[in-house]
Amino acid sequence: MTNTSPAIIVDSTPEAKAAFFAELQTYVGLEIGEPTPGPDEVNAPMIRHLVEAVGDRNPIYTNPELAARTIHGGIVAPPTMLQAWVMHGIDGPQRGGDGPYEKMNELLFSRGFTSVVGTNSEQTYKRYLRPGDRLTMRTVIDSISDEKTTGLGTGHFVSTRQDYYDADDQLVGSMLFRIFRFQPKAKAPAAKPKPPRPRPATTHDNQWWFDELNEGRLCAQACADCGRVRFPTGPLCPSCHSRSYDKVEMPMSGTIHSFVVAHYPQVPSFDYPLPIVLVDIDPSASHAGKTGNDKVRMIMNTADSPESALAVGARVRIEIRATDPDMKLPFAIIDSTGATS
Amino acid sequence: MTSTLPDTRSYASVSVGDEIAPFELPLTRTLIVSTAIATRDYQVVHHDPSIAAERGSKDIIMNILTSNAFAGRFVTDWAGPNSFISSVKIRLGAPNYPGDTMTVTGSVTAKDDATRTVTVAVKGSNSMGDHMNATVEVVLP
Repeated sequence: MTNTSPAIIVDSTPEAKAAFFAELQTYVGLEIGEPTPGPDEVNAPMIRHLVEAVGDRNPIYTNPELAARTIHGGIVAPPTMLQAWVMHGIDGPQRGGDGPYEKMNELLFSRGFTSVVGTNSEQTYKRYLRPGDRLTMRTVIDSISDEKTTGLGTGHFVSTRQDYYDADDQLVGSMLFRIFRFQPKAKAPAAKPKPPRPRPATTHDNQWWFDELNEGRLCAQACADCGRVRFPTGPLCPSCHSRSYDKVEMPMSGTIHSFVVAHYPQVPSFDYPLPIVLVDIDPSASHAGKTGNDKVRMIMNTADSPESALAVGARVRIEIRATDPDMKLPFAIIDSTGATS
Repeated sequence: MTSTLPDTRSYASVSVGDEIAPFELPLTRTLIVSTAIATRDYQVVHHDPSIAAERGSKDIIMNILTSNAFAGRFVTDWAGPNSFISSVKIRLGAPNYPGDTMTVTGSVTAKDDATRTVTVAVKGSNSMGDHMNATVEVVLP
């Protein structure tokens, strides 16, 4: 497979494709240059070199006495060697650079179909060749497919038919050879696993709150002396400056106080657009009537909720979900009935 | 020279569904280079590892003429010297790189009494998958 980096994008409109396909079809049926004669007649040494390399012990290829006693009547060449008799050898192709085949290839190349891979070889044999046979090959562009997409990329299958004639101009065998001229499919960016969500910074003053979340409880903090409920967590009661506190388990429900939707810059851990909501958590039963019990607000992301459901005042249910194997966070699921408080 | 002509399978002795004994072909570098040169195929991807690598191939690869030759050999090894191969049709897949092994398997898929032609499905697989799926037609006595 030759692989040259394609600089040209394949035409994508149906009209452009149809026009290109029609232009390609003008090459079908054209003979590629002059008939090519084999450089040597079919000969026993070349047959022997090949069957030795392939390890083929069939005596009809190398043993004159045994071959004479078969239906072949003497030494013959392996039928699959057909193509080898007209191969160009070490000096490479002798064909000129402006024949129909080269022009067709240039046309395909110009549309970005720069790579080529052989896909099919179909040989049929009229008779086995024997030493002394002189072959001439004629090549015709047999067919060009419409645009196809395979695992390799998008392109066209091009079939050529090579007919091999003997010295009496009798057809002895044919080969249909199909190649795929294609634009390699763009390498999909390596699917990088989404990095885990950045973890919140935890401190001596808030570690307990995350520990409670990991146990499935959404908490606020209450002063153990005056009963004031506060959030976020902190070392001192803002009212009485007491350092004693209780953990207050909050209801798993609330109301959207405000929200933003982040579009940019994008952090790889998140899906965008990314709604961020400020939720007024419903008051706790244990601290009913205490200062701050109705002022607990938490920032979180939404989950399982369409962006269209975002609204100030929308009711939310809160779920605690794992964001990595040992970290859980609260998420707001917006009430789908559109209820507001 | 040996004077024993191997037996040839008769058309009557072959049934659709017959399996042909599998054949394991070690893909040596020598095999890939010698067969390419013996088929007069001097394309560098069949003999020069450094240029093959420059062109995006991990190593040299067996040429198509040789895949054809092995499909033919597999069938005539089974059929015998009085057989006549009338066609070899190959669909190409994973390349044959040096160091791998190609396992060739085959079975009889059809018989045509009028022409005494037997159709054999031949598959050559390597560690990467199917190198070739071939259909070989052979005329038996």
